[in-house]
Amino acid sequence: MPRLEEEQWYDDDAGRLVRPFLVTRGRTAPTVELDLLSLVQSTGAVEPTKLDLDHAHALQLCTMKISVAEVAGLMRLPATVTKVLLADLIDAGALLAHEPLPAADPEDLKMLEALLHGLQQRF
Amino acid sequence: MAYNNDSDSRSAPVGIKLLIAGGFGVGKTTFVGAVSEITPVTTEETLTVASIGTDDLRDIKDKTTTTVAMDFGRLTLDDSYVLYLFGMPGQERFWSMWNEMSDGALAAVVLTDTRRLGDCFSAIDFFEHRRIPFIVALNSFDDAPVYEIAEVRAALDLPSHVPVVHCDARESRSSAQVLVSLVRYLLTSATHMSRSTTSLGAGQ
Repeated sequence: MPRLEEEQWYDDDAGRLVRPFLVTRGRTAPTVELDLLSLVQSTGAVEPTKLDLDHAHALQLCTMKISVAEVAGLMRLPATVTKVLLADLIDAGALLAHEPLPAADPEDLKMLEALLHGLQQRF
Repeated sequence: MAYNNDSDSRSAPVGIKLLIAGGFGVGKTTFVGAVSEITPVTTEETLTVASIGTDDLRDIKDKTTTTVAMDFGRLTLDDSYVLYLFGMPGQERFWSMWNEMSDGALAAVVLTDTRRLGDCFSAIDFFEHRRIPFIVALNSFDDAPVYEIAEVRAALDLPSHVPVVHCDARESRSSAQVLVSLVRYLLTSATHMSRSTTSLGAGQ
């Protein structure tokens, strides 16, 4: 069974030992438009073990709804590269992308009050 | 049934993007880490930063690799709202990234070190220009001189309506308090706007 040993390919001093764009075979434009805050989630239709390491790793991070920015950070890849990987997975039916989040309206009093309340409750 | 949608068509919480800006080394990463519920992650958003070349992101000679990075944190407030915190890279050569990063942002915190006040001028200019509401937070460094808020406000030439607060970015409560101040400021502005739609700039 293939094992996902992504961490082996990361060196604390040198960084990623595989150049980021090798992961995408040089592609920089994702086939699906994704925002840093777009949420993606695994459909469960594709087994990670059937994918190459990077795609499998990305897919495994998406069992719960997760933002593109977070996947990029966890994979230690530039966001652009991550978007290409995630778009591949969407094309393959392995992932579902939710609409990019709409920009919050700074004059939305209901939202601001909920924010204030939430922050005060949390800390 | 896994989900109950009620009458609300929204199934995912609304994400709210806040920016944490300021000069290099001012404590943005620390700040994001103090309030984030996840270990802050770091990513690089734009590949076309003029001074580092077009695709050579991980050049080993390039000691500034980590500073290209953007810190990212998350804070779930309730079922309806999730805060996303983005730490913006501070150095001048990454300013080209700011436009893209700030798209859709609700507001910003400009984190400031009183020993190097000038480092935050560009962030202040940027948010004023983009009309993104912001507040200034003075991060406490143990060896930094303590200034009165009024002195800092004058030195930064800030409009009177922009709040300036003290904080210790290492402390969760203190950093969260900065966000509370930011939201209170937005609430005040929004209330003013809805009360007087005609008299813009009445405070000055």
